[in-house]
Amino acid sequence: MSATTFNRLTPYLFLAPALVIMVLALLYPLGYMVYGSFRDWDPSQALGESEFTGLANYVTLWNDPNFRESVAVTLKFAVSVVSIEMLIGVGLALLLDRNLRGMSVLRTLFILPMMIAPVVVGLVWRYMYHPTVGIFNNTLKSIGLEPVDWLGQHALLSVIIADIWQWTPFIFILSLAALQSLPRSALEAARIDGATGWQQIIHIKLPLMMPVLIVTGLLRLIDAFKVLEVILVMTEGGPGLSTEILALRISRTATEFRELGVAAAMSNYLLILLMLLTLLMLFYNRWQEYRAAKAKRAIEEAV
Amino acid sequence: MPKIKLENLTKRYGNFEVLHGVDLEMEDAEFTVLVGPSGCGKSTTLRMIAGLETVSDGEIFIDGRPVSQLEPKDRDLAMVFQDYALYPHMNVAKNMSFALRLEKRPKAEINKKIKEVAEILGLTDFLHRKPAELSGGQRQRVAMGRALTRDSSTFLFDEPLSNLDAKLRTQMRAELALMRQRVHKNMIYVTHDQIEAMTLADRIVVMHAGRIQQQGTPEELFKKPVNKFVAGFLGSPPMNFLESTVQQEGDDVFLAGQGFRLKIDGELTKRLSPLSGSKVDVGIRPSDLSFDPDASADNAIDINVVISEYVGAQSVLIGDCGGQKVMVELKSDTPIALGEKLRFRVECSDLHLFDTSSELAIG
Repeated sequence: MSATTFNRLTPYLFLAPALVIMVLALLYPLGYMVYGSFRDWDPSQALGESEFTGLANYVTLWNDPNFRESVAVTLKFAVSVVSIEMLIGVGLALLLDRNLRGMSVLRTLFILPMMIAPVVVGLVWRYMYHPTVGIFNNTLKSIGLEPVDWLGQHALLSVIIADIWQWTPFIFILSLAALQSLPRSALEAARIDGATGWQQIIHIKLPLMMPVLIVTGLLRLIDAFKVLEVILVMTEGGPGLSTEILALRISRTATEFRELGVAAAMSNYLLILLMLLTLLMLFYNRWQEYRAAKAKRAIEEAV
Repeated sequence: MPKIKLENLTKRYGNFEVLHGVDLEMEDAEFTVLVGPSGCGKSTTLRMIAGLETVSDGEIFIDGRPVSQLEPKDRDLAMVFQDYALYPHMNVAKNMSFALRLEKRPKAEINKKIKEVAEILGLTDFLHRKPAELSGGQRQRVAMGRALTRDSSTFLFDEPLSNLDAKLRTQMRAELALMRQRVHKNMIYVTHDQIEAMTLADRIVVMHAGRIQQQGTPEELFKKPVNKFVAGFLGSPPMNFLESTVQQEGDDVFLAGQGFRLKIDGELTKRLSPLSGSKVDVGIRPSDLSFDPDASADNAIDINVVISEYVGAQSVLIGDCGGQKVMVELKSDTPIALGEKLRFRVECSDLHLFDTSSELAIG
């Protein structure tokens, strides 16, 4: 081998270990899942012994009202938690973007929920929502109001509230970071130009925070589609299918119904959905870079 | 245009006072330049006038009305920032019209105003560009345009040229001077560059360590600095200072120092003779020294010239006189040999004298 070919190959040599790990740990299971989704596959069989059924699993799912219900619940859950979390998170950030005494303590307190294990969050909220001994109903009773059937009639709302409690801090922290990196002088200029507090938020702060907000929102959305533990612990998907989000249905299809092929196909549907969101995010980043490059070219032409 | 008046304006950060009671009155439509080294309080003063910093003590009056408790938007002023402070997500036209749009002025009026200002500043072709697509000089113009589109009575400039390169700075300085002639408004301009101050100002206010040192026309300050700081700050190359002692011999008064002994004549004699024996710093502007080998030692100093900096028609000589650094500015075609002790004449009327301990001007 000549020295130049060797030199050219060196970087790939260094990349090889990472590549091997990626193939083994990421691509192989993924391929296994995709392959399994085309087969009628029971956990007692080896994958090779199962029968090939083509797209049957996908078609069955597409026509299965329960699966559709599950998709609908997932969408409802993800869209409502992310939009409410964005609203509260950004709102809090706008309120707390100032030099208050003890601000750093406050900030640490705010991000605590994010650091608690989801299973624990689920357990804590389940007890708080408990119809007779939970703090919510006890409080309602003590001020003379009717108790609410939290995890029964309002199950979806209840899990949405718990998720908001846990994940609003994520958006709050990122929004606050975005706010504090805004150009101070542009905000001062806006004050001199006569912008009121609200006008500064609407015309200057929010537009300038937008790139961060969009990426944060998409990240949260991707995460919200995959949520499992909190809901598993709180409601196990019930009552009925009212809180059976996709991840939960996948897990139950695989373990309770022992239909690995169908579960794999379901996972692929979810994967496609998430992939679309990820692509959206990547395209957004690309677009930003493209715009920056265009701006740079424009200056160079001008000079 | 309203008059602006500062009364005992004070700024404290915690217990640390950075501005110690500034009093200043600006005439109608005057171009006032606050100048001083960094940390002297000039930007703080400007930002307090703008309403971006709170006032710890004292008051700001605009047209006789105290404004220190008012929001910036209620003070009827426009400001140009050092880093331009453009809104990155708005194009040039939107940047310039932001204030007008907030006021909900009619569209036709806004467009007319933008067009007018863009023409003055040569921005007509860039109205749809975002700030990121503009060069430094263009951004500076947009910042200026944003101030101009508003009908504010007062313009504040916070070191507007200091982010530009040397060539562009000179060009923008000239444009500013031109704009100054066209726009009759109060202008308050902060800079650390004494050339900007001298060329643009109707009134210069020299600040140092949170206090006003002196104010007046550029000429007044250049010719009659009240203390050593102002004398050394204004003028380029800066004034030379030589230590000396007042000596009286009969009716004659001399200023004697290392390597020179100047005879004082005229009225200054009377003022100096009671000071006989005391220390005085002699200030001589580099341009007031002229090469004259035949001058009498009574009105000349001998300088050992070490370096000659050629700057075109003029050259700046750097040398030493009795161990103290002295600069001389003279025509480049003057025949000078480096490394030799040369004699330079100075007129007694061109001397600036300062009390060594108080640093205040004498005479």
